[in-house]
Amino acid sequence: MKFPKYFSIWQKIGMHGLRLTAWAVLAFLMIPILVIIPLSFNAEPYFTFTEGMLTFDPDAYSLKWYAEIFNDDKWMLAIKNSFFIGACATLIATVLGTFAAIGLSNPVMPFQRAIMAMLLSPMIVPLIITAAGMYFFYTQLGLSGSYLGVIIAHAALGTPFVIITVNASLSGFDYSLMRASLGLGAPPVYTFFNVIMPLIRPGVISGALFAFVTSFDEVVVILFLAGPEQRTIPRQMFSGLREQINPTILAVAVLLVVISGLLLLTIEYLRARGERIRSGEI
Amino acid sequence: MSQSDLSMNNNMEVRSVLTAEEMAQSRKMQRRRKVIAFAFVTPLLLFVLIAFIAPIGTMLYRSVYHPTVAQLIPDTLDALSGWDETTDIRPDDAVLNRFSVELKQLAMTRKSGKLGEEINRAMPGTSSVIKSTARKFKKLDTELLRNEGATRLLASKPQWKEVEIWRAMKASGAVFTSSSYLTALDLDRNAAGEIVARDTQVYIQLYLKSLKIALMITFLTAVIGFPLSYYLATASPKTANTLMVFVLLPFWTSLLVRTTSWIALLQTNGVVNTFLKAIHVITDPIEMLYTQSATVIAMTHILLPFMILPLYSVMKGIDPSYLRAAMSLGAKPIPAFIRIYLPMTVPGLSAGALLVFIISIGYYITPALVGGTDGQMISNIIAFHMQSSNNWELAAALGSLLLALILILYWVYDRLVGVSNIKLG
Repeated sequence: MKFPKYFSIWQKIGMHGLRLTAWAVLAFLMIPILVIIPLSFNAEPYFTFTEGMLTFDPDAYSLKWYAEIFNDDKWMLAIKNSFFIGACATLIATVLGTFAAIGLSNPVMPFQRAIMAMLLSPMIVPLIITAAGMYFFYTQLGLSGSYLGVIIAHAALGTPFVIITVNASLSGFDYSLMRASLGLGAPPVYTFFNVIMPLIRPGVISGALFAFVTSFDEVVVILFLAGPEQRTIPRQMFSGLREQINPTILAVAVLLVVISGLLLLTIEYLRARGERIRSGEI
Repeated sequence: MSQSDLSMNNNMEVRSVLTAEEMAQSRKMQRRRKVIAFAFVTPLLLFVLIAFIAPIGTMLYRSVYHPTVAQLIPDTLDALSGWDETTDIRPDDAVLNRFSVELKQLAMTRKSGKLGEEINRAMPGTSSVIKSTARKFKKLDTELLRNEGATRLLASKPQWKEVEIWRAMKASGAVFTSSSYLTALDLDRNAAGEIVARDTQVYIQLYLKSLKIALMITFLTAVIGFPLSYYLATASPKTANTLMVFVLLPFWTSLLVRTTSWIALLQTNGVVNTFLKAIHVITDPIEMLYTQSATVIAMTHILLPFMILPLYSVMKGIDPSYLRAAMSLGAKPIPAFIRIYLPMTVPGLSAGALLVFIISIGYYITPALVGGTDGQMISNIIAFHMQSSNNWELAAALGSLLLALILILYWVYDRLVGVSNIKLG
């Protein structure tokens, strides 16, 4: 670290201390994520490092827990369910959320603040309350224990994120472009897909990713609403952690970390692109 | 002239130039635009109303609506309505006869256990009385019970002679009741109908414990998150962007993955204990998993990004020259930091703190998996009453109280930060 000449010794120590603290906090954030990677290759059915692993004995490492995932019907069903429920919920949340955000960002929209607060409330209300309420209500409608019920529930939980991201991408939106298109005779549908959509696309996609992750990661509502047929990955992990811990869970966890890494890269790319679009570079 | 003055002038001019007809047309246009904007929002509004608001409404309704007992013994409750429960005289034999018949019917349809469970909530210890009587009545003839049920009832268990069990039955029979809220607040109604505190305080303690845990997590995330955010905000953009990945990756990683990691780290033969033993700090493993500290540590880790992100975005907007100016004018570094820099970070700090607090107060999964009995929060008890004890009314009442707390905080957050200003990623 280089410091300006006028820095006193105490300021230098302070800066070093700050850097050290910052790195310690980063380590606190990252170590729990990183530590499960070697553990998932454990040849023994333990959740901790064995003697062999610490001495880098190749026999102490194995891929068998990964093989286990693909040989276990329960895990395969859970993976299929997670992607299916996530995709359907994302589709509903993205379509409805995008339209709503366009309407809400219009300055003439009546009761804007109240409606916004209401539409964002699924994000704020604790999941246990949502899950309990949905259990009461969806059972009356015959929706509990069905894919439809779980999908609707997850879509409702995902919409706030779509509204927020699309709203952000609309913050610099020039409404005269829309008026120009309509004024030149383009039909509204054409205007939507060819004028509005290209400009807000990064917001829509990152909103969709948020909605997907929300569903993909959700377990409380699943615990209350889903039957054995709708078990998802987090649900399977939850019961695994409660009933019998085995390193298959760690192997699944590592795969999920890889997926979140990919999602993070996509989101960051989209965010950078969105910023460039708004500043007029593209 | 400010901008608002200008637009006002414009408006006045327009008013004087436009004819009445044109004015009406413009108003019509304005209304049309409003309708179009509303039409965009309507589908989601309806969806959220049905898929989310209606369930929450149902939960609120369930917290005061309690039909179970009324459905089990309608005839008895009808008979009991003529009995004054404030007196010390038990209901007359006619009422007891009618109850005997209903109890036999319940025994035959295997519902007497449910009745016992329900009445037991109003008066602990009654469950066994009802169950054993029901078992005896199952073999008896209905006609016999219709005539001499009262005698049989009084002979089977001494509790039926007391007035308390009938009071409990009448109280549980009310379809709309505030009793779940009273239980949720550790209150009870005495024989005279006055509200008094219960001997054993359970739920208030639980709320206080949840608040304490949430406050601890909020405090820890602020203390840990502040130096890192400051470091990121003052580092070069390239370093900051690279290091930001280490904040965002945990943020995007599944909550269950992070909870799993903490189980692997904290358990008796886990990574932390093995490491501490290897460097000879300890000889016997420390019990860390399934404690309140495990809940606090794991949740601090999980919620830390929610503190760092708003703090960082606020700190990035603070001009470093303020601090330099203060110091060049003779302020010592620490007072300058506290009096100049810290106040400017308050918007980020309060946004992060409220967000972390709101999320942590209603957390369920992590306390359920790593908390043991000591680290359970209010959500876990709600889940317990939903799934294990089947006391849905109490679960709904506890949930409604939690919801009220969250909505107040949400309102504060909206006032302070504005819900539409929430940024993600």
